[in-house]
Amino acid sequence: MTAFGALLALLLLTTFGLGHAAPFFAWLFPGLDQPIYRQDGFPALLLGHLEIVAAASAFAILLGVFAGIAVTRPGGREFRGLLETVGATGQAFPPVAVLALAVPAMGFGASPAIVALALYGLLPVLQNTIAGLENTPADIRVAAAGMGMSTTQILLQIELPLAAPVILTGIRLSVVVGIGTAAIASTVGARTLGLPIIVGLNASNVAYVLQGALLVALLAITLDQGFEALIRATTRWRRAR
Amino acid sequence: MIAFDRVTRRYGDFTAVDDVSLTIESGEILVLIGASGSGKSTLLQLINRLQDPTEGTVQVDDEDVAGIAPEQLRRRMGYVIQGGGLFPHWTVARNIGTVPRLLGWDRARIAARVLELLDLLRLDAGRLHDAYPHMLSGGQQQRVGVARALAANPSILLMDEPFGALDPVTRAELQGEIRRIHAETGCTVVFVTHDMDEALSLATRVAVIDRGRVIQLGTPLDLLTRPASDQVARFVGTADRGLKLLGFQRVADRLRPSDRPDDTARHDPISQDLPLSAALSAMVMRGCDRLEVIDAQGTPIGTIHLADLVRLA
Repeated sequence: MTAFGALLALLLLTTFGLGHAAPFFAWLFPGLDQPIYRQDGFPALLLGHLEIVAAASAFAILLGVFAGIAVTRPGGREFRGLLETVGATGQAFPPVAVLALAVPAMGFGASPAIVALALYGLLPVLQNTIAGLENTPADIRVAAAGMGMSTTQILLQIELPLAAPVILTGIRLSVVVGIGTAAIASTVGARTLGLPIIVGLNASNVAYVLQGALLVALLAITLDQGFEALIRATTRWRRAR
Repeated sequence: MIAFDRVTRRYGDFTAVDDVSLTIESGEILVLIGASGSGKSTLLQLINRLQDPTEGTVQVDDEDVAGIAPEQLRRRMGYVIQGGGLFPHWTVARNIGTVPRLLGWDRARIAARVLELLDLLRLDAGRLHDAYPHMLSGGQQQRVGVARALAANPSILLMDEPFGALDPVTRAELQGEIRRIHAETGCTVVFVTHDMDEALSLATRVAVIDRGRVIQLGTPLDLLTRPASDQVARFVGTADRGLKLLGFQRVADRLRPSDRPDDTARHDPISQDLPLSAALSAMVMRGCDRLEVIDAQGTPIGTIHLADLVRLA
């Protein structure tokens, strides 16, 4: 079994099993009245967490990849500096500050969290898309054009497949960081795995904090390994002997 | 036929190709030779519209290439670059099938054509069909590059310093393959190089390019015997021009009837089809001044003397 498969099984087991682990946490933290977080089920929190990260990442990936492609085309080069500045600004703003600013405009809930995460996750995708596409060796591009490939065919058949590992590395960073950051989104009322952590911190319940943190960490590591497998698949040709 | 008519290509203030008129005949191997930056590659790329002229026209078979969509035009021509320019994430077979796929051939026809080309370029299909380019030697990569260029049976083959990165032995092998393939297919070859020996050994005609202009156009023999300027003479190689010249004529051209058979009989005879340079080499190695000459069947047909070699044709 792959590392990803093993981690996925462990993640699901923990998500569904944590509710039954009261005796263990009671033994670990004997002073607590409530050793298990029960306001929401862990599966529901995991799902909520994933929804926010998925929505934010979808936005960051689509915008990052498309913008990265656009500014590496002859017509879009002049916008590259501007776009990279926007991306860098998005990442320079702490997500907490974006959350605080977004709430008055969008209200409490998942929406401000998605905006904050998407802005935060844009830069790695954008930068790696640009870097990956610019890495295509010039002679290969000339050869492709010389064979009679159209610019779209060169992009889809040559440039993107060759850039895929680098782009996926950017997406991986964006998603994994997003999973950690999404926990903070619970401060503005989004239902994520951050909720047990926030509630635990407020109520001085270390067991809650531990349960939330455990699942966030497991989720991040699992997806990280998922991307690892994906990147390996896109570079299989390099290891052929 | 490829015809350049008063073609100029400028990049800003720099003139890469300067008012060139040049006609490349169907079926010939025309070698464009010049130093780096002389404009020879630009001249080549004007044919398949990787570059467009600033002024003038380029015609292929009496059709102005400016009126043909670049992709369509390029799929009609083979194109080989230094190092092969293979797509590293595609297998050898997929690389070779590039142009047929672009042309929409069906799978079975592409697969059959790929096998044909592996065979034509003497590539081991069993071992290399599904290999990736990084698993191949430089020479093999270049063979795949040539196979890919020939895939759709182009009538024109454009080669841009294809063998520049290869060791001398592999390079000579591939030059031999180009001669053989050219003889088999009869396609027009336009070949860019900066190596005069390569030019002289491959070309039907050589165009010497300097600062964007054609400073001499002629057969290899023309270049050696009648260089148009000191510059061309230097390019052809002043010190060993005579030796190169001997490479262009055959022993049969300087044959004289057998005179003293017992003298020459002591040495191994030499074939009349070998170049004069081989005869000279044999004389030097054996320390003699005449050789017995035989025909393809091994029958003695005459003698060649050192004095015959040094007589300028």
